[in-house]
Amino acid sequence: MSSHNESILREPLVTGKKITYAQVTDDVLLPVENKPNKAWWIGFIVAVCGAMLWVISVGYTFWTGIGAWGLNKTVGWAWDITDFVWWVGIGHAGTLISAVLLLFRQNWRNSINRSAEAMTIFAVICAATYVVAHMGRPWLAYWIFPLPNQYGSLWVNFNSPLVWDAFAISTYFTVSLVFWYVGLLPDISSVRDRATGLKKKVYSTLSFGWNGSVKTWQRFEIVSLVLAGISTPLVLSVHTIVSMDFATSVIPGWHTTIFPPYFVAGAIFSGFAMVQTLLLILRKVMNFENYITMFHIESMNKIIMVTGSIVGIAYLTELFIAWYSGSEYEMYAFANRVAGPYAWAYWAMMTCNVISPQLFWFKKIRTSIPISWVLSIVVNIGMWFERFVIIVTSLHRDYLPSSWAMFYPTWVDVGIFIGSIGLFFTLFLLFIRFLPSIAMAEVKLLLKSASLQQKTKLVQEGAFPEEQVQYFRDSLTKYDSVSEEDINALRKK
Amino acid sequence: MSNTKYILGSFADPDEMMHGIEKLQENNISIYDCYTPMPIHGIEAKLGVKPSRLPIAAFIAGATGTILGFSLLFYTTAYDWPMNVGGKPSLPLPNFVPVTFEVTILLCALGMVATFFYRNHLFPGRAPRVMDLRASDDRFIIAIDAKENTDHNLIDGLLKDAGAVEVKYNERKYVSYE
Repeated sequence: MSSHNESILREPLVTGKKITYAQVTDDVLLPVENKPNKAWWIGFIVAVCGAMLWVISVGYTFWTGIGAWGLNKTVGWAWDITDFVWWVGIGHAGTLISAVLLLFRQNWRNSINRSAEAMTIFAVICAATYVVAHMGRPWLAYWIFPLPNQYGSLWVNFNSPLVWDAFAISTYFTVSLVFWYVGLLPDISSVRDRATGLKKKVYSTLSFGWNGSVKTWQRFEIVSLVLAGISTPLVLSVHTIVSMDFATSVIPGWHTTIFPPYFVAGAIFSGFAMVQTLLLILRKVMNFENYITMFHIESMNKIIMVTGSIVGIAYLTELFIAWYSGSEYEMYAFANRVAGPYAWAYWAMMTCNVISPQLFWFKKIRTSIPISWVLSIVVNIGMWFERFVIIVTSLHRDYLPSSWAMFYPTWVDVGIFIGSIGLFFTLFLLFIRFLPSIAMAEVKLLLKSASLQQKTKLVQEGAFPEEQVQYFRDSLTKYDSVSEEDINALRKK
Repeated sequence: MSNTKYILGSFADPDEMMHGIEKLQENNISIYDCYTPMPIHGIEAKLGVKPSRLPIAAFIAGATGTILGFSLLFYTTAYDWPMNVGGKPSLPLPNFVPVTFEVTILLCALGMVATFFYRNHLFPGRAPRVMDLRASDDRFIIAIDAKENTDHNLIDGLLKDAGAVEVKYNERKYVSYE
């Protein structure tokens, strides 16, 4: 049944006094059914300018070759792969929220999974463009796939993690897109059934003829569950394989066995930070405070804290093992990171990724919206530096001191990076304008079990002992969407 | 009355709809289908809808992926053009794991979703067959075939007793057609 009574000790996932099923539809579809407001236009114009910069920079790279970048014969990978790994990592939170939290029956995912999955898809698009651009001859990018050819056929080298990566990223993108779109079908049909004219036609086409019958929903739920089940190992495999791009080489600083779990934790860490960055703005601008509540924000901050700590331990383990290995080259690589010419980048990474998330131990900090937002940006900066440190500091001083070099980015490097952020936000803003950015069907499921109004009703009926209700009242004080009056209403009538 | 094809009981609350289903079943009135804006847990058991066999389709598609992925690797790397790279084996099984795994997942996901779309006739551009436009918003609809169940007054009464906010007599099956 949809309305089993949930323990009063659990915080509500939907707040607000008169949230009906119709109200959920109205609130979520508000940006889709109306003309966008000024804030959206300003954001969109800025983002499109960024995306134009991306088009120019990538176009220039394609035209002139990767000599346009600041690479040299010592540092053969720099901003390109840094940005690639950064974007792929950001994408991971979407799958984690939609798949792993579904398997663990964490219902708070219901109101954030849609936008997080969209973020995954757009982040992977940004990442994939670096893969193609860094090949140098992008028109031959299909050579990464084992296609029959006139050279024998000369097949790709299946022993190479770079080939695994092509399979992993394309599978990841396809499966994420399918998962996201299947989830969108019922919500697109809600738009369709309320729209008229051309809009109705467009959303009708997009809805695939969804009608919400018993069998459709039954199959929908099983498809979601199985997709979540296979996406979970998939998302772990993707960043594992990304880490193997480094770990299977013999470069000091890369050749370590802790890379796969360390990269996966870092990916979740940065991904949740990006979800936090976006959602804190989204809930404010779109008036989603009743659906994306303080509980969601606090939960995500806790995940950021845990994964940040895992990442911190991985950094220290790396340092310790470098010393403990007794390998001269490994020791030098790490001494160079800590105190070499890129020490500023290393310590920026350490500060942003290891120290700043520890602030979330304080409840005041993890329930403060402005501080959470700033820290989420700090984490993303830190995670960019992590990849930069891993890639550039390991390469720039190789075995032969005569070929030691520094890396200096050109305007094209910077342009592609800033531009890819513009591209990402362009896609994200178009998404919240044209598609329901909260999974309405899944939020409607929560109304009769985990919403504040349902719990208030039960408390007023006297369904729970007073000390539990007191605990519940105390837990509500952190919510910015719950007023004093709402808390006082939680008394037996 | 005689032109009525379907009787729709429109509920504002899922539990009341479930109650309505029970009432109708007690009176041996067959239910054509239910349309809801969200999945209703337990409704399949009540309506006698069999469990979905999609996991089987997913498994078959996934197993096909495993076989295809491994065959591709075996054919290209070990059979068609085995290469001696630094004396390493030409059948490096551990190195085959990632690609085999990815192809398995890819085919499993695509195969299952394709089966889902095929079985439910979902495809881009399909004309939506909707009996009540609010079924995707805030109404929980029980549809009853009016030709099979002729005692319309009884049905009307049962639905209203169970808490239906509205009972509709549709002369067309689907209201979504132009």
